[in-house]
Amino acid sequence: MVKLIIRNLSKIYKDKRGKRSSALKNVSLNLDINGIFTLIGRNGAGKTTFIRIVSTELLPTAGKVYLDGVDVVKNPKEIRERIAVIPQEAELIPWMTARENIYAYLLWRGFSFKEAKKRTNTIIFRFKLEKYADKLPRKLSGGTKRKVLVALVISSNAKIIFLDEPTTGLDPISRKELWSVLNDLKKEHLIILTTHYLEEAEELSDYIIILNKGKLVKSGTINDIRDAIGYPYAIKIFKGFKKNIRLTGKVVKKNDGTFQIFSDEITANNLAKKLINRKVKFSINPTSLEDIFYMLVGDINKGEEHEN
Amino acid sequence: MKISKFSQLSASVMANAFYAMKNFPVMLVNTILAPFGLLIIIFFVSHGTLLNVGILGGFILVMVNNGISIQGDLTHLRNDMKLQDMLVSSPVSPAIYVAGIALSELVFSVPDLIVLSVLAVIFIHISVISTLTVAAVMLLTFMFSISLGFFISTISRDVIEGWAFMGLISMLLSTLPPVYYPITYIPFPFRYLAYISPTTFSAIIAQSSIGFVKFSASFILTSWIVLIMVSIALIVFAVKRSIWREE
Repeated sequence: MVKLIIRNLSKIYKDKRGKRSSALKNVSLNLDINGIFTLIGRNGAGKTTFIRIVSTELLPTAGKVYLDGVDVVKNPKEIRERIAVIPQEAELIPWMTARENIYAYLLWRGFSFKEAKKRTNTIIFRFKLEKYADKLPRKLSGGTKRKVLVALVISSNAKIIFLDEPTTGLDPISRKELWSVLNDLKKEHLIILTTHYLEEAEELSDYIIILNKGKLVKSGTINDIRDAIGYPYAIKIFKGFKKNIRLTGKVVKKNDGTFQIFSDEITANNLAKKLINRKVKFSINPTSLEDIFYMLVGDINKGEEHEN
Repeated sequence: MKISKFSQLSASVMANAFYAMKNFPVMLVNTILAPFGLLIIIFFVSHGTLLNVGILGGFILVMVNNGISIQGDLTHLRNDMKLQDMLVSSPVSPAIYVAGIALSELVFSVPDLIVLSVLAVIFIHISVISTLTVAAVMLLTFMFSISLGFFISTISRDVIEGWAFMGLISMLLSTLPPVYYPITYIPFPFRYLAYISPTTFSAIIAQSSIGFVKFSASFILTSWIVLIMVSIALIVFAVKRSIWREE
């Protein structure tokens, strides 16, 4: 378990003209976490800013952050041996092979030449990268490059790994492969992850926080969040519904002509019976993270004005 | 875990010089040829009389070009690979990282220095004192070039902009000033313009150390003072400008 305490964390960026934009607004958390901790939110919600502050890359405008017992704002050096980061859009150094990239990273982290070599070989074997290890990045697929980057930070033995949108741009198969790697790694490391993909967050996360316009909207396990919003079930009524049944719960009419009804267990059960009697086509599922996100924040694909 | 600072320093050298040369030998050819273009032109135009000055100019150009290169490399690694972001959240310090990258630029200049040294031994018959003088001048030239390159890397937003700066500065510091030829060849009042470039002072000291041009002792002393002051000022300025953890 790793303790993460955040108190009134705020970040205001100023551009060259002095125009201020707020990326984080008074975010507070007090958690004992392990496994995969995921931040979700629209573009500009403050996910990357959050990760950059907690991983000691960026100073906050105000607030305190304690990670694993260390005040990371005041004493960043104390935590840096225990953390490793893959920033958004990070790339392997193109003139070095996968093996050389891993080896150099370990040397930068201060391992001896012998230890770095040993760890490089071990991680290549563990991640089944043998046949790619001596190739330059341009000869590797997007998925393999990401895998090498993850291998690189894992090889350092850092306890806490920050991954900022690690699967962005990957094809569905590569993404699933990386999920399996992350699921395996979460047994030994705390992984703090940001993602745009809600099904990814739902699949991987042990703990989720939802940010919107720099504010913490909800946090907890997926079940906690489902319970907290009070609508554990989502009923989708397909196109052509004549509205000849009174719909109870939170009803959303979508642009494609379908209805989405969020409700508690009893209401869902009653409504399902009525819909069956009237031979209306529908599906019923536990409320997904995407549904919750839509309810709380809106469409994830619509970004805010500023990128952080 | 015991952190090895030597490993950290070596990582920058290996990543930015050794592996680049090993995996892309064409970079080595390009680097080696850089100082010889002007040297060959100077040799033919002067019917060989400026060969020794041209060789010294080659030494200075190598130091300037490789020193300035740090800005392109740092900008590329920071903006395109996000390496700096990865390393900020690791045990490596900014001083070690930048010192390693600076050292890697020096490693890149080694093949040039070997070829130029062979030419210097054959054509200049340089004394021990002159050798030490030229070495000191080269070191100072490298230091202010590195500092200037580092400073530019902190203001250039992308690598394209960085390359443009690099070409411009290389021309202003090594091609236009009297580095490959003596300053006495520039008529007044244009000669005053040459004093704007610190490499003019590098060349004056180096050329007078082999006896090619004669200047008063006070002028040579002034040249040393200017070179040392410029180097210190640029180093201090670069250190003050450096940003590791963003605000």
